[in-house]
Amino acid sequence: MDIVYAILDNAALKWAVLVLIMVMPLASLLTWAERRQSAMMQDRLGPNRANLGPLKIWGILHFIADAVKMIAKEDFIPGSVHRGLFALAPILALAPVLVAFAIIPFGPTVYPHVMGDVLNTYQLASGPVGDAAQQAAWAATYDDSIRAQVFQIEFGLIFYFAILTLANYGGTIAGWASYNKWALLGGLRSSSQMMSYEVSMGLSLMGMFLIWGTLEPGAMVQLQGSEPWKWGVVLWPFVPLGLVAFILFFTAAIAETKRAPFDIPEGEPEIIGYFVEYSGIRWGMFFLAEFIEIVFISAVITTVFFGGYQVPFLDPDGFRFLGDWVTVNGQQVHLGGYYLPVPHGAVVALQFGAFAIKVVLLCWLQLLIRWTLPRFRADQLMNLGWKVLLPSSLGLIMVAALAKLVSFL
Amino acid sequence: MAGGHAHDAHDDHGDGPEVLSVSDKNPRVRTIQVKRPTPAESSYLAATAKGLGVTLKHFVKNTFSRRKNTYIETIEYPEQKFEYPERFRGLHRLMHRDDGAVRCVACMCCPTVCPAHCITIVPAQTDDNGIEKYPATFEIDELRCVVCGLCVEACPCDAIRMDTGIHAKPVEERHEAIMTKDLLLELGARSTAVQGGEGADWRGKK
Ligand code: SF4
Ligand code: SF4
Repeated sequence: MDIVYAILDNAALKWAVLVLIMVMPLASLLTWAERRQSAMMQDRLGPNRANLGPLKIWGILHFIADAVKMIAKEDFIPGSVHRGLFALAPILALAPVLVAFAIIPFGPTVYPHVMGDVLNTYQLASGPVGDAAQQAAWAATYDDSIRAQVFQIEFGLIFYFAILTLANYGGTIAGWASYNKWALLGGLRSSSQMMSYEVSMGLSLMGMFLIWGTLEPGAMVQLQGSEPWKWGVVLWPFVPLGLVAFILFFTAAIAETKRAPFDIPEGEPEIIGYFVEYSGIRWGMFFLAEFIEIVFISAVITTVFFGGYQVPFLDPDGFRFLGDWVTVNGQQVHLGGYYLPVPHGAVVALQFGAFAIKVVLLCWLQLLIRWTLPRFRADQLMNLGWKVLLPSSLGLIMVAALAKLVSFL
Repeated sequence: MAGGHAHDAHDDHGDGPEVLSVSDKNPRVRTIQVKRPTPAESSYLAATAKGLGVTLKHFVKNTFSRRKNTYIETIEYPEQKFEYPERFRGLHRLMHRDDGAVRCVACMCCPTVCPAHCITIVPAQTDDNGIEKYPATFEIDELRCVVCGLCVEACPCDAIRMDTGIHAKPVEERHEAIMTKDLLLELGARSTAVQGGEGADWRGKK
């Protein structure tokens, strides 16, 4: 195995690249996009001034100006706070969201030796067969591969639920350490909200897991394949399971990001929220964590409901319409149909691009929702969480189990 | 108080809840129809979709059409300016005489009338007997000025005006916002009003 590809396939490196090249820039861009988009929805102009001389580009550079401002600002720490926890809280809020990205398959597996050629999916799936020379040739071509997923593990999305729950400690601890009643109220509200929504968030996906029989996001994307009518959101085992699960999960996930219409922990008009005592870059970390969470939720929804990095009708070896699925060596391979070959390098680029576009669109949708709906009252929030979302997601699990049972009969 | 309740008692029409029956012992005791949200309403789905439709419409129109076709009415300030009405009160200025001297006769009307006490005048004597005094210093603290225009109203000789149309500029130090006599005169212009009536020797002219 080539040492270069081995390094490129290194998990830590992949994670760093993912976080630094995709997540961080997207999240910081969102800080600008949020204000600009809300302005557009409310017939205002929003931040359109930051520029590099004649380079104005709609004010996108505001995100750099913001970052500089937050770093340069005074980091004010009130005298009575618990210093250790006060310093720890923003890190606790930010770190888990970044770690959780490890499970997201943000692109296909790349075979660097066949970048210019059309990938032979049949040959790839059948593995090293034939005589020694053929096996060696197969190994030389396909042994070096870079999987665009940092952490591929059986329990996949469970890891996400577990890690993201930790992020909530950031808010609660910030509220506690600030030694401020408003902050404490915000922290408590955030943990109570987390408890009511974490449950239905997890359960709403269980139905999908049951149908697919896997928790591993990479496998889910492969199962959904390149045909849009097989994607999660249109999963339809005699009820619109995918669509309902999508709405339930999306609602719970927005509540999890603690943004409007579920911004009770922040409650700007009354308590300002758990970060009321924070300033400068510490506050910036909470802010960034919130936006990274938006990106992350978009990535999860893309993966589970919208076919992940799949481009409609683009198989690993090219565009194909209405082909046949053949099982080779335990793997599903799509062959035949109306077929237009595309080189592996182009497929990879298209699929990375598709993932980015889907994520950006879902981020946009979340911003649209955030700037459309007014805040829920606390009792409405609890009603929605416990009386609507939870029973419906439990119902979904039963429906999915029934569908699974029927398909076995 | 009693009157208010008496009014309530037969107020069973209008926006209030539908009244099913009224007790004959006490007309204030009533059975009313409570409207609970239907499950469809309390799932918020329809309302959400409707709301998203409205914001989406505005977003698309504001983002993807030419500026003049959008709903946006923002004036981008330093480049575009709102046209002020003719009588807009801007920064002060001191008017000039024909010979370019300050028209102000240091009568102290304006510092007296100024509600913000922001005009400071140190009067001094002139050789011109018809005028007697002139302001040696004339300072207006534009930070304290409430732009009421009373100084202009009070001035007996059209010496002070607020018709420059200029805003008080943002400053970094408070003292920078104080307009001195030189500055005020710089903004000024020759006033065409005749000062001093017919002159100091008006009695002799008769
Ligand atoms: S405008 Fe009013 S407040 Fe300002 S200087 Fe004149 S009298 Fe004083
Ligand atoms: S009222 Fe006119 S003349 Fe009198 S002090 Fe003020 S500016 Fe001078």
